[in-house]
Amino acid sequence: MPRGKSQFVWTRRHLLGLEELSAEEIVHVLDTAAGFKEISTRSIKKAPALRGKVVVLLFFEPSTRTSMSFNLAAQRLSADLLEFHTEASSVKKGETLIDTGRNIEAMGVDIFVIRHAAAGAPQMLARHTNTCVINAGDGAHEHPTQGLLDIFTIREAKGRIEGLKVAIVGDISHSRVARSNIWGLTKLGAEVTLVGPPTQLPGGLAGERCRLSHDLDSVLPEMDVVNLLRIQHERQGANSFPSIREYSRLFGMNAERLSRCKDDVLIMHPGPINRGVEITSDVADGPHSAILQQVTNGVAIRMAVMYLVAGVKPEKGN
Amino acid sequence: MESILIKGGRVVDPANGVDTESDVLIEAGRIARLGRGLDAPSGSRTIDAAGCVVAPGLIDMHVHFREPGSEHVETIPSGSRAAVAGGFTTVCAMPNTDPCVDNEGAVTFVIRRSKAAALAHVLPIGAITVGRQGEQMAEMGQMVRAGAVAFSDDGSSVADSGLLRRCMTYGKIFGKPFISHAEDKSLAGTGVMHAGKVSAWLGLPGIAAAAEEVIVERDIRLASMSGAKLHIAHTSTAGSVEIIRRAKAAGVAVTAEVTPHHLALTDECCRGFDSKFKMSPPLRTAADIAALKQGLKDGTIDCIASDHAPHEQEEKEVEFAFAPFGVIGLESTVPVVIRELIDTGVLTWPELIAAMSLKPARVLGLDRGTLAVGAVADVTVIDPGLAWTIDAARFESKSRNCPFDGWQVRGRAVATIVAGQVKYRLG
Repeated sequence: MPRGKSQFVWTRRHLLGLEELSAEEIVHVLDTAAGFKEISTRSIKKAPALRGKVVVLLFFEPSTRTSMSFNLAAQRLSADLLEFHTEASSVKKGETLIDTGRNIEAMGVDIFVIRHAAAGAPQMLARHTNTCVINAGDGAHEHPTQGLLDIFTIREAKGRIEGLKVAIVGDISHSRVARSNIWGLTKLGAEVTLVGPPTQLPGGLAGERCRLSHDLDSVLPEMDVVNLLRIQHERQGANSFPSIREYSRLFGMNAERLSRCKDDVLIMHPGPINRGVEITSDVADGPHSAILQQVTNGVAIRMAVMYLVAGVKPEKGN
Repeated sequence: MESILIKGGRVVDPANGVDTESDVLIEAGRIARLGRGLDAPSGSRTIDAAGCVVAPGLIDMHVHFREPGSEHVETIPSGSRAAVAGGFTTVCAMPNTDPCVDNEGAVTFVIRRSKAAALAHVLPIGAITVGRQGEQMAEMGQMVRAGAVAFSDDGSSVADSGLLRRCMTYGKIFGKPFISHAEDKSLAGTGVMHAGKVSAWLGLPGIAAAAEEVIVERDIRLASMSGAKLHIAHTSTAGSVEIIRRAKAAGVAVTAEVTPHHLALTDECCRGFDSKFKMSPPLRTAADIAALKQGLKDGTIDCIASDHAPHEQEEKEVEFAFAPFGVIGLESTVPVVIRELIDTGVLTWPELIAAMSLKPARVLGLDRGTLAVGAVADVTVIDPGLAWTIDAARFESKSRNCPFDGWQVRGRAVATIVAGQVKYRLG
């Protein structure tokens, strides 16, 4: 995998998902982020790259860390920032997403960062406005900046992606993090195994891109990376498994399971973690854990993505 | 009433095994004569049908005209204009309006509005249960007396199997078919598209084929037990086709329909999150399309029906998960079925016309679907070679949610004659 600045020219005005990115484009974002990561270590943590640009955070779903990460990334690039947080889960009650987008666009803005409970909402916003759109998570579809920061973290730790074996464990069916990781990792040549109870593993994902397993213990010994997804308590009404206790016995990461992993296994989690459910505290806080590096790298990835999309002129964009 | 001479067309009348070049003379609202070289009576109107198929008036036994309740989306007059423009002389209006067509007065209202529009025949279908709530039997007998041609809670299944059994056992005395919208709500859940590979990658909740098939199977067993006639609406899965095929072989009085969109489109269309591809049942897979076409070919599936389901643009153009189910079809059905069934050699013209006229008439017990001398002159003239681009903005329907918008197609109704009167003429 080439490192450092390539001759590659970025042409996308939107980042809607990793499905549509080529391996070269993904590597270009990672390389750009590597450059921006250094800014966070300076005493004056600011660069003028987006000075005079306006970034709008459109969060239709509650989020703390992703919105803070985008907020900080925008500020580090000297952008002006608007934040719009609402929990309207249905458009029936008020303005449509298209109207919201067009109205805010009319104020003169450059980048929409959208988080929405409905899969495809960022695509719709991109179709109906002329502003750059960055998907910060759409339903169970994609969360491309999370996928990129996970891949960035793995590359930083392992020096490569190609040939690595990565397990993603948990509620895959509801996970946009999983889908973005699958697209990105497999495009760069990693082997992905999805692990979870059958009720949370959509059979439709099995194929050349990834294999499915319901047996964490048989999978763990060969893995280079284990990415544990948050078990969403609010979805428990759907009864995908009998109890949290049973879930953590079958699919939770703990010290005993860690002892049967490779010595250099990397443990990841997109957060926020449920301690003692999908991961025990000793593992989450232990030497194999990359959980806080993921958060640090998230800011650099979001700086890179905003910088790249804002740099593309509308007329030659996609 | 003026006489009409349709000259030089290919007359396709499956009821009488006719497929030949012939003129058709219409007098006093009925088919008066068939034969070559007929002379136009003085004062008659002549329609040159050279190169065209002259068929018994097309019947679409599954439409939603949204009146009463949502007249901004479609009305009985606007839906009727769309019907005749699409070549349909008879359509059956589903009862899921607001208020629901679940009583004699509502049935009478639809018929009165249809007569006032004076375009296609709009025949009301009455609800099986009061308010389509699935709790209490509707007054089926009174609705039939007022003119209802079938019973359906379309939009949902009657979830309570015991209630549906009682409705069928009681309602069979009226001789009208029970039309089943086969969907197990608990299996369909929050699904918005077919459950398969595409939904898995898009992260959209899926509707499994089994959600349809378990109800198709259940309703066939209940119909068989009760002796009622059953018609399966918008069959969408290979499994349903197989279940219906077995039931027919076992002698159950079951018929079925398929929509043009389920013959032409797959769940791959949902990849762009465009809600104009969202309908119930959802678009399935290529394997399902193959099974549906085979079912039409071998007679397992009897009819083609559009499930014309208008929605206003503001309501439909939202996030995929929030958009209502349904697409319009009256004005795109003819070219789409020509493309999917004639051009691919799945059906012959007589088979296609049977599925769009004779067979729906038989399912509903209507005195239609034929060009026999003496029959009511409901006639559709189709130019199968006419190339055009489907442009929903120019539809007679009030709504625009057509999944075929922009398609370049061939084939179109050029004249639609209802009871001896030209109700639509292209150009």
